[in-house]
This record gives sequence, structure tokens and C-alpha cells, in this order.
Amino acid sequence: MSTFQWPREPIASEKGRLALRQSILEQIFLAKSGHPGGSLSLVEILSTLYDGIVVHDPKHPEQADKDRVVLSKGHGVPALYSVLSYLGYFEANELKNLRRLGHFLQGHPDRDKYPLMEASTGSLGQGISVALGLALGLRLQFQSKEIGRLPRVFCILGDGEMQEGQVWEALMAAGKFLPSNLTFILDYNKGQIDGPVAEIMNLEPLAEKLSAFHLEVKRVDGHDTKALKVALDIPAGTGEGKPHFVIADTLKGKGISFMEHPTKWHGAAPSRDDIEKCVLELFQGQASPFGRLAPL
Amino acid sequence: MTIKEDIIDGSQKAKASRLSFGEELAELGAKDARIVALDADLSKSTRTDLFAAKFPNRFFNMGIAEANMIGTAAGLALSGKIPFAASFGAFLTGRFDQIRMSISFTGANVRLVGTHAGVAIGEDGHSQMALEDLALMRTMPNMSVFQPADDWDTREFMRWSLTHKGPCYMRLTRQNLPALKRKAGTTFVPGRWQTLWDRGAEGPIVLLASGGLVGPTIDALEILAKEWGPEKLVLVNANWIRPLDEFLLMELMNRKAKAFVTLEDHYTVGGLGGAVAEFVASRASGARVMRIGLEEFGQSGSPEDVYRFYGFTGNGLADRIRSWLG
Repeated sequence: MSTFQWPREPIASEKGRLALRQSILEQIFLAKSGHPGGSLSLVEILSTLYDGIVVHDPKHPEQADKDRVVLSKGHGVPALYSVLSYLGYFEANELKNLRRLGHFLQGHPDRDKYPLMEASTGSLGQGISVALGLALGLRLQFQSKEIGRLPRVFCILGDGEMQEGQVWEALMAAGKFLPSNLTFILDYNKGQIDGPVAEIMNLEPLAEKLSAFHLEVKRVDGHDTKALKVALDIPAGTGEGKPHFVIADTLKGKGISFMEHPTKWHGAAPSRDDIEKCVLELFQGQASPFGRLAPL
Repeated sequence: MTIKEDIIDGSQKAKASRLSFGEELAELGAKDARIVALDADLSKSTRTDLFAAKFPNRFFNMGIAEANMIGTAAGLALSGKIPFAASFGAFLTGRFDQIRMSISFTGANVRLVGTHAGVAIGEDGHSQMALEDLALMRTMPNMSVFQPADDWDTREFMRWSLTHKGPCYMRLTRQNLPALKRKAGTTFVPGRWQTLWDRGAEGPIVLLASGGLVGPTIDALEILAKEWGPEKLVLVNANWIRPLDEFLLMELMNRKAKAFVTLEDHYTVGGLGGAVAEFVASRASGARVMRIGLEEFGQSGSPEDVYRFYGFTGNGLADRIRSWLG
């Protein structure tokens, strides 16, 4: 098979996640730049969210009462692009154009070029405040009956990003205004550009800090889709109540043995040799059953 | 009638543009449920307290955390609200990256309101004085930047902004500003300045004054008109910083304007003066540009002493213009 096609299985199924990982790696290979480590660590978080939790409709992408997903760690956007394509927002073939001049698949989320991105991110620590504002605004709309359901807002943060002061400003404000429709998810893959997070600027004891900020905190294995589903599939509530914070323990580069490292594959694109090794590992020595974005 | 009496509406009390903003926001809030307001623990100074008292569930006091306030305002805008986010201009535009990313680049329909513009605030000193805010805000491609001269300007800009899609920055004063006269039926036109004095002669010297310096510039005009003749000078309320009123500038260049003098309580770099110099330099009209503003850090002192020290009085401004053109 020469062209890449998404499997018919649910996005969080084993096949679905293999296809996501392959497409993420091939996007970055074709772009010759990008962030594979922190994109691969997001696969279970994003696929679980979009497997029946996030309320959205690819046929009506602008509907006012849809749930919002803000990718505050903007460098992980190849994972989000793969997910949106999987769900039918655009053809898989477009993924070949990551980081190409003039294309909507910009290197970091760009609402100007692709309005489906809920916020333009990439300067870390900022998407979280936008998510807070969205949750508060949607709560106001729901309370004044402008919309019939209270949408949930999910904000995905990186662990290095947690070092930004603005993150703690936003968490403090979330604990004051208490939008129960807001859920933060930390992709805690333990690595940042210069080294392990614990060495560069340790976050621990994290759960205790977050609880002290008046948040409802859970900690789960961020690659266990069942555990993620339990942690994330909760009602929006009345709008008034503690926001949720899910600490998802993940592995940077998850799924490719030689990429599972805190720093090596943060911002390095796989070579042609690397990408073939990746595909062989994902499909246990066989060719990909989904075809290829970057055929030999 | 003196020139001053011709330009200033003596029947109205001088008023701080921050107060005009606070009053108008509270009035607009009653008419438009989309309006929400945010502040960072300065609501009594920015006068968002007037809105907060009437609409507590649409007011968000974000504490002393401007970066988060800016992002939260962006999120509120993305959910369909029209947020007015206020603080001192220095602190608000000091969070430039948040404005650049979460508001401008995200295309969030936020109205940023920076009060306490310039050295006019006096005693509190340099740290509280917005002196580079116009220069910063003017760099972003989709940002409207406005500095009202009086109560009417402030209210009209706010009403217009409810019909506009795109981020805005409005720069306001702590001090009272005299009300300007306007012909009955005058309408607010976005991007167009207001000519305050013009006898229509060829080759004028054009004073482009903005915000808190409009009043002192009227005094300077009075002095210079006596020396040079009233027909030699044009005075403009240059309230729009982005977009500039390029039509009026072109018209004046076509009338062989000899010089444009910009006057603002802001650094001479990058604000109104920078914008006018950029535009005038792009046309081969031969007009010179003189930028009057701050060229050093501000400092404490009574507002009157500070304005005198930096030459922001009728005499001080007239002296500088005279020595430059003499």
C-alpha cells in the first residue's frame, strides 16, 4: 500500500495508537524538524480524550457548545494534527506538509492559519490562562442560557512548562474562580531540552502543591488508556466546583525503544534510517498495514 | 476669543480619561451582556470598580498577576465575550509576550486598557509610568492603538470597539483632560484624527499632539500663533496611533507642510513620533519631523513640577519648537 490510511478502529485502540505514532514520526521526518519525544508521550492522553470524552463534531467544527482542547505545550502539535486527521478534520495526506511555508500545519499551533487550534501556543505557560478564560466564558454563557450544555475545557501542559510563573498564576486563579468544567492534564514525561526536569528545576512534590491550590488532583499512568479514561471521563458539573488536574506520568519518546530518553529526542527529527527502524519496531518487523506518508 | 477658547469647551469640566473609561464601561455593560472586565488589583485606579459594582459576576479581579489576566481575557474573548482588561499601562504592556501570543497572534477580541500614561502621574515615579507602551503595542499587525484626548474620544472609541473584531489597546491618563469642542453632529471615524486648528494656509507647521499633551500643546499654539501668525500653524488631536491618519498626513503634505511636530507623554522612540516619522519618510514631501517626548527615564515629583522639568508646558513646548525651527 502506498498511501497512508487511518485504521477503522477507535482512535484509542491499539491499532489507532500505532497509526498515530507512525504518522507523528513520519510528519517530523518529512519536515526534517520537530519534537518527536514530547509528541509521542501525548498519544494516549490525546487519543483517550478524543475517544468519546471530548464532545465535538468534525462536520460542525465551529459550534459554540463544543468542548475545547488547548494544547499549551505547543511543540507537541504533530500529535494533535494526527488526532484531528484521524477524526476526519482533514486528509491524512496533508500531514506531509507539516512546517511547510504557507500551510496550515504550522510548527506550533497557529490559530491565524488554522482556526481549529483553540489558542496559538508555543511560548510556554500561556495556553493555561487562555483555557481558564475559555472555561469562565463558557460557564457565563451556560449560566445565562446562551448555550444549552456546559462545555468542558481541557488544557494539556508540559512538565518543563510548569516552571513558568504564569502557570501558577493561572492555577491560583482557577482555585479562586472554581470552574468545574476545566481540566488540566500534565504530560509528565520527565524531560526538557537541557536535561531531566528533576535536575533542571524539580516540580516535586507536585500533587501536594496542586492540592494546596484548591484543585481536584489525580495521578495516573499516562500510557494506560483505561486509567486515563477513568480520570478524564467526568461530568462538567454545575460549573461551580474545583477544577481538575490530572498528572499523567509518561515516557518521553514512548513506543520507540531508542527514543525513550529524557532529552535525546526532544527536538531532533528522525533520519531515513531512524524512521525505518521506528516503523519496523511499531509493527514488529512487518511493513505498516496503514501504508506510508513517506514511502521509500 | 483666544485660540484656547476656540478649541476647548469651557462648559465641560476637565476629566481624567480613566474616569471616562470607567463610567462608560459601566454604562455599556448594561446594554451589552458580552462585556466582561478584568483587573489586576488596581480597579480603584483604573476605574473598573464602577463596572465591578454593577456587574459583579462579569468582573474578574485576577490579583497582581497581569500575565494570567491577559491570557484569561483572551480565553473569555474566544468564548464570545468582549473583555476589557485594565491595569497601569506600564504593567499591562510589560507582559508583552502574553499580548503578542495569547491576544494578537491568537486573534482574541480583547480591549487592553492601560492607564497612568506617562510622567504626568508624578509622585509615584518611573516604575509606574507607561512610557514605551505605544511603541510596543504598535508593532503587532492586528492591534488597534488609540490614545484619547478627552471624555468624548474615550467613550466614542469604546462604543466603536464593540463593533470591531480584533484586539485593541487604549492608553489613558490619571490627570484631568480638558474637553475639546466639536461641531454638532460630529461622528467618530476610526483611523481619522481631529483637526483642532487650521486656517487652511499653504506650508503650515503641523503640531500633532496626543493624549495628555493636547492641553499643553494648545497653550504652545497660543504663544506661537502670536509670534508667527495663526495661519502658520495647524493643530491636530492625533488620537489614533495605529492606524495613523495617513489621509490627513497626505493632505497636509500636499499642502506643502513644512514640518510635523509630534507631542506625546511617551518616549520619542516608537510611539506617535516614530509612527509619523516612518510614514513621512516614506513620502518625498520634504517635510521635516520633530519628535517631542521623553528621552530619559521619568522621575518623582509633583505632576506640575515634572511637566515643567520635562518641558511639557505651553512655554516649554513653544521654546523647543521655536529653537528647532528657528
